[in-house]
Amino acid sequence: MEKRLQPRQEKRSVLPAILIICAVLLVTVLLDNILPANTFTLMLIPVLRKGAIYSLVCVSMNLLNGFTGLFSLGQAGFMLIGAYAYSIFSIPADQHAAVYQYFEGGAVRFSIPEMLSGVLGPNLGSFLGAIICIIIAGLVAAVFAALIGIPVLRLKSDYLAIATLGFAEIMRAVFQWNGLGRITNGSNLLRKYTAFTDINLRLGSLNIKLATFFPFLIAILSITFIVLLINSTYGRAFKAIRDDEVAAEAMGINLFRHKMYAFIVSSFFAGVGGALLAMFQTTVQAAAFKTAMTYEILLMVVIGGIGSISGSCIAAFLYIACSEWWLRFLDGGKLFGMSVPFFRDGFRKVVFSVIIMIIVLFFRKGIMGDRELSFRRKPRQSKGKEADANG
Amino acid sequence: MSAFLQANLPFILAGISVGGQYALIAIGYTMVYGILRLINFAHGDVFMVAGLVMVYTTAALPIYISIPIVLVATVLLGLLIERVAYKPLRSAPRMSVMISAIGVSYLLQNCALYFTGGLPQVYPEIPFLSRSVTIFGATTKMVTVITPILTIILVVLLVLLINHTKIGMAMRAVSKDFETSQLMGVRINSVISVTFAIGCFLAAVGSLLYFTNYTSVIPTSGAMPGLKAFVAAVFGGIGSIPGAVIGAFIIGICENIIKGVGWTTFSDAFTFVLLIVILLVKPTGIFGEKATDKV
Amino acid sequence: MKKIFALLLALSLICCLFAGCAPASGGGASGDVIKIGVYEPQSGDNGAGGKQEILGMQYANYMTPTVEIGGKTYNVELVIADNESSNDKAVSAATKLISEGCSVILGSYGSGVSIAASDTFASAGLAAIGVTCTNPQVTAGNDHYFRICFLDPFQGTVLANFAHDKLGAQTVFCLGQLGNDYDQGLINYFKQAAEGLGMNVITAEFPENNSDFTSYLTTAKNEGADVIFAPCSISYAQLIVEQCAAQGIDVPLLAGDTWDSNVILNAAQGKNSEIYVSTFYAEGGDKDFEAGIKKWINENPTAKANNGNDDMVAAVTVMGYDAYYTALEALKAAGSGDPAAVKAALPGVTYKGVSGSIAFDATGDAVRDTAYIKAANTETGVWDFVAVQGVN
Repeated sequence: MEKRLQPRQEKRSVLPAILIICAVLLVTVLLDNILPANTFTLMLIPVLRKGAIYSLVCVSMNLLNGFTGLFSLGQAGFMLIGAYAYSIFSIPADQHAAVYQYFEGGAVRFSIPEMLSGVLGPNLGSFLGAIICIIIAGLVAAVFAALIGIPVLRLKSDYLAIATLGFAEIMRAVFQWNGLGRITNGSNLLRKYTAFTDINLRLGSLNIKLATFFPFLIAILSITFIVLLINSTYGRAFKAIRDDEVAAEAMGINLFRHKMYAFIVSSFFAGVGGALLAMFQTTVQAAAFKTAMTYEILLMVVIGGIGSISGSCIAAFLYIACSEWWLRFLDGGKLFGMSVPFFRDGFRKVVFSVIIMIIVLFFRKGIMGDRELSFRRKPRQSKGKEADANG
Repeated sequence: MSAFLQANLPFILAGISVGGQYALIAIGYTMVYGILRLINFAHGDVFMVAGLVMVYTTAALPIYISIPIVLVATVLLGLLIERVAYKPLRSAPRMSVMISAIGVSYLLQNCALYFTGGLPQVYPEIPFLSRSVTIFGATTKMVTVITPILTIILVVLLVLLINHTKIGMAMRAVSKDFETSQLMGVRINSVISVTFAIGCFLAAVGSLLYFTNYTSVIPTSGAMPGLKAFVAAVFGGIGSIPGAVIGAFIIGICENIIKGVGWTTFSDAFTFVLLIVILLVKPTGIFGEKATDKV
Repeated sequence: MKKIFALLLALSLICCLFAGCAPASGGGASGDVIKIGVYEPQSGDNGAGGKQEILGMQYANYMTPTVEIGGKTYNVELVIADNESSNDKAVSAATKLISEGCSVILGSYGSGVSIAASDTFASAGLAAIGVTCTNPQVTAGNDHYFRICFLDPFQGTVLANFAHDKLGAQTVFCLGQLGNDYDQGLINYFKQAAEGLGMNVITAEFPENNSDFTSYLTTAKNEGADVIFAPCSISYAQLIVEQCAAQGIDVPLLAGDTWDSNVILNAAQGKNSEIYVSTFYAEGGDKDFEAGIKKWINENPTAKANNGNDDMVAAVTVMGYDAYYTALEALKAAGSGDPAAVKAALPGVTYKGVSGSIAFDATGDAVRDTAYIKAANTETGVWDFVAVQGVN
């Protein structure tokens, strides 16, 4: 890891940053409510939502791998925990019998969004309820991280990587175990919980959809928190550990404690990301959170540049857009109306992985290296703009 | 006693056979790690590609020609991967190389998906290996019996090669100290190539045995055996060949006993629990060298 | 060098962007084309089954490429999206079909992906016709998902009855994939019915990408199982059949609709295996149809490759074929290609298909009260018809 002094953010960059965040959020609201549903926006909106979720997950992974120098491959495991924690607490009571059909309606029989809806009305209730469940998801993931961190964080580099990867696999088996079926629904899907489309705002007779606004809001808040953390004394300690553990220890940094902080915070936000992903997918199944998912996130981090928050965000949006949208035509067998025989299923993925290899081999530093986007503004605000420009 | 044997021998047999196949893959991991300090995540996929090459060559050629072709093709693939994906990154941070390995793994899986069209490919029968035999009343395929024997022969040969030949000495030197051996005139690139060639050759042999037993090849066939073999390598002490072999047998046998006991849900998870436990008790594995912190 | 690469990469990305958007903006609702979305797995665990199901639709589309709605003839185009047998790819695959302007959706093979995409179809106001997704949750509690096959509670009971009555089983060993809701769901219903009949049921799960089944089979043998019930996807089924034969375990294998595939027959051929499956259609039910589709498969190399390199007609192919015609009936009844109209028309649609007559009940499920039980003939490599089995 190269040593580089990070110039402190200038104070006056804060105002434009806030303005740009607001602009991005406004755009997401407009996208949901004003744009006509044509082929273009239909593809754009899911890509934006998923991109926002993945930028958060990438940034949380970057906090570990890029800023603290801990090579962890457990991200999918923490997302799994977050996704389950979120959905278990937000399945409406009358749906329990249907969802937990093989487990007598399950053990958790209440839904936080539903309870709040009873008090605050359906719109505000599901909004706040979803946020509370997301926080619970993060906390559960963080608790697991603290538990697993005690033994695992004593390990060095590759050993840490393989131990965290193993942890994610263990989690997957545990959540699929029928013995916990009354909570996790075993191998079956969890569904019917509060999703993005349930989050609306009613102003008089006007119903404003917040389905894209919501993931952006949570992602931006979380990423801002991580940026602040990185720029704090803790963040400097993390970077010191990354650059040279021995020197950092000699400077009086408690290695284990700081690694633990980074691990817990990263897992918290991975859990939040998992909860958002659950909302996006509308169903959760442990089988989806495989090692391949962690690899995918890692590739995004690398493409964006290890140690660059804005890079991670840009890469997440580009990656999601390429894999789910732009490259899909490669599977269709047609290019500009001509039929091309080798364009069949899976060709998209081949092209995509070749592009990834080119980036990994020839652009080792990724899009941003370890720099941040800054035109006298705080780093990650370019995110929304970037996505819009790409759309 | 004989009833007990008859009931439980199949678990042990399956364990030993799977262990032997893991061992052949694990050697590739452990040798590459010993020399480059690189977890070659693509190794499991090389193993899968070897299986696919066999499927496609036997469709056109008789089996006794196909097997050498598979071995050669796998070795060439390994060398190609090393040359294209790892060599340019020799001076880069270790994480970049590992990510390049993940990228290669992704590429191989996706290419396999493209060429097979996502359909499972049926592995051809190899006449001698596919035959059924009966041992103490437990029926199994010949390959189950052959695997551990062949594994041990190959490992002994490999250890002899490493301990008693010039290239073996160079390999030991490089794994001890990369820079110094370079300064002492060891041709580092050829040593690395030989390492990859040996690793891939063994993976190809492993794939012949593995897929003869489990006759279907899908693009992700290599992922789990690869991961398990890697765990075995870590378990035994990464960088140590006997360690990798013993680790592989232990993991193979434990996994099957777990299934036999009835905890089938946790058969994969158990492997990883075992890994985490061993890492905590003895961080460098059973036969690992002592870690030295260089300040 | 690097700059050239960067430039090329950027260029290719821009090209992709244009190519990706071009059909999206150009296609859509051009005058005389009706699009039917095919939401099926083409890769992953269920790739083989999904491809066979698509074959049925493609053949139906080849036979009847047009539909007459309100006196005007429209060309029918199948838009295929691969859900990769994976729930996390479900939303984007479903969105692709919606963005292409499909009038109705067919699919999917595998209940999990169908449930995962259900809400996405619902919010777009699209109706979907499940072809062989047998989990009750697919259609329960919504008004847009229909299906033309029987359900797992029915199938599980049928299989349990068969195991009890015809195979005389006392102990059944159930083996399903961990994390797969099809396997676990069917096993659950089977278990309920089997225990009701006084049978002893043992269950085991294997992890994804598992290929070593010897230990499971040994356990089954040691537990004294009379039948092994393994309703898993074809890739695993093939391995189970192989390893059962290699270990000399002569217990009959019993499975659901997924096993009704020539892959199983090829694996079992020449071996001493006894395999029974419950399925939607038995060979010889409609000779003309079978002759036609076999001819088509043999003339079409891609189709043949997707069918596992022979011309045997799988039940899922028949179901795919019927699903296509059901969709055409719905379009005719709706009087337009408007998704909302199709959705409104679907509950009343009836169709006499190759696999039997199709009519929907209140939840949107096909009214079916029989399943066919078939046995693999290990000498000739075809399915032998055994019985028509009902719940009673």
